[in-house]
Amino acid sequence: MRTVIPVENKDTLAAVRGFLKRLLETGVVEALLVPMETPGGTVTPALVTDPSLLDAANPLAPVMGLNAARLAGRVSIREPRGRIGVVLRPCELRALVELVKLQQASLADLVTIGVDCLGTYDVAVYTRMQNEARVDVQALLGTAKSGDLAPQDGYAFRDACQMCEKPQFEGANVALELFGADLAAGIPVSLPDEIAEKLGLTEASPSPSPSPSPPSPPQAGGRGEVVGKVVAARTQVRDARFAEIRQRLEKEGIEGIFAACVRCHNCMTVCPICYCKTCLFKSQVFDHEPILYMSWARRKGAYRLPADTMLFHLTRLNHMVLSCVGCGMCTSDCPAELPVGQVFRAIGQEVQKTFEYVPGASVEEPLPLVTFHEDEWTGVGEE
Amino acid sequence: MAEGSFEPKIVAFLCNWCTYTGADLAGTSRIQYPPNVRIIRLMCSGSVDPTYVLKPLLDGADGVLIGGCHPGDCHYQSGNYKARRRYVALREILKNAGYDEDRVWLRWISASEGQRFAETITQMTESLKQKGPNPLRREWAV
Repeated sequence: MRTVIPVENKDTLAAVRGFLKRLLETGVVEALLVPMETPGGTVTPALVTDPSLLDAANPLAPVMGLNAARLAGRVSIREPRGRIGVVLRPCELRALVELVKLQQASLADLVTIGVDCLGTYDVAVYTRMQNEARVDVQALLGTAKSGDLAPQDGYAFRDACQMCEKPQFEGANVALELFGADLAAGIPVSLPDEIAEKLGLTEASPSPSPSPSPPSPPQAGGRGEVVGKVVAARTQVRDARFAEIRQRLEKEGIEGIFAACVRCHNCMTVCPICYCKTCLFKSQVFDHEPILYMSWARRKGAYRLPADTMLFHLTRLNHMVLSCVGCGMCTSDCPAELPVGQVFRAIGQEVQKTFEYVPGASVEEPLPLVTFHEDEWTGVGEE
Repeated sequence: MAEGSFEPKIVAFLCNWCTYTGADLAGTSRIQYPPNVRIIRLMCSGSVDPTYVLKPLLDGADGVLIGGCHPGDCHYQSGNYKARRRYVALREILKNAGYDEDRVWLRWISASEGQRFAETITQMTESLKQKGPNPLRREWAV
């Protein structure tokens, strides 16, 4: 059912905190995985059992330091476990869907709480904004009503956010539906009837809106329109970025784009999909003998070190690009500022098309490389 | 390089039960085929990780062949079906990354198809001769 969380004193964040507290207090969940403000001025995920500590919860802070899908996986993957509410952005939820299919997470005791995403800044940018005392979250929340999303003057959202055409997630248990809403007055929420009952919420009449336009009903036809507008704008940016990166691939080659890669493996470490405890590339397989280096260097005349850089990226593409949800953590955390996420998304788009697969869309739809049909690609191999 | 003197190097990953045995049959039947292939035996085409194909390509091999049992005949039931999907994904990735995906071939060759194995190597050698050497041969910054 749909209802509205009332907002007092235009303090949207306080209303969200109150809602989250009620989830704990009424026993809907035993713990919440939610971004929490830290003394250092940023936010970090934490597993919270004490409702009073939720005064520091801030899922609306426009910053994403890491993709919490993997964390949701760790706290849910096997029994015994708690009943946990995970407050996640759409790209984190999509990654969680993929992780469930990769057997790295379980939805059995999770309550997914999705929040529409208006855009995020890189951690370094956000910290700088905090220091310059200029993070205006209310202003950003204000853009949710019209869908005219924009970063603050002088700052830019993460690249991945600028080209994200999926700023909302269908299929969360509880959804905070920010788009199309006057968040200073109320937060539309969609949630299962059982949870609504426990929280004492009813199918609400629209809360009085201070704006002159007629209050939008909880079933926001308004939301659909606003989401459509954001998606259209972001899709344009996405397509422009894809065209750019494809041009670069054409001009400098993929080796050119990754020329400055130092093999720190950050991209792999922060990728929510790359869950292997020991990546092949960090294993002994790639502890080459000195004499091998000599023979490779002799064969080509020179040999880039550390070795196997393109092999790493191409292998990672083959292993995970079908599940790439475009969260952009890879780009955000690359010390050489390589456009990892743009390359992976651009190549991923074509591979996903080939398999008609949309990562993060459905828990039921099997992963393309884990399933097969006998009568597909029947021409392949028979030439 | 003088015209016509380029001899492509093909690295082949052949499944033990079908293609490798088929290649062996080509040998015992004294079927002549170009000597350009270097064979690596695996138990199943389904055990080919894309990395096995990418490494020789990046090191400068002109072509990589994956050989397996015909669909339906896999010794391990479904390994070749998975290999087929991985191959399709790998080709799409190579193409989009700017490489010539046609340097990677997948062929179903059974244990009795010695002639087919010889023909495949002949065709692949010819195709690679047309394409010329893999540009990655001299590319040291990979």
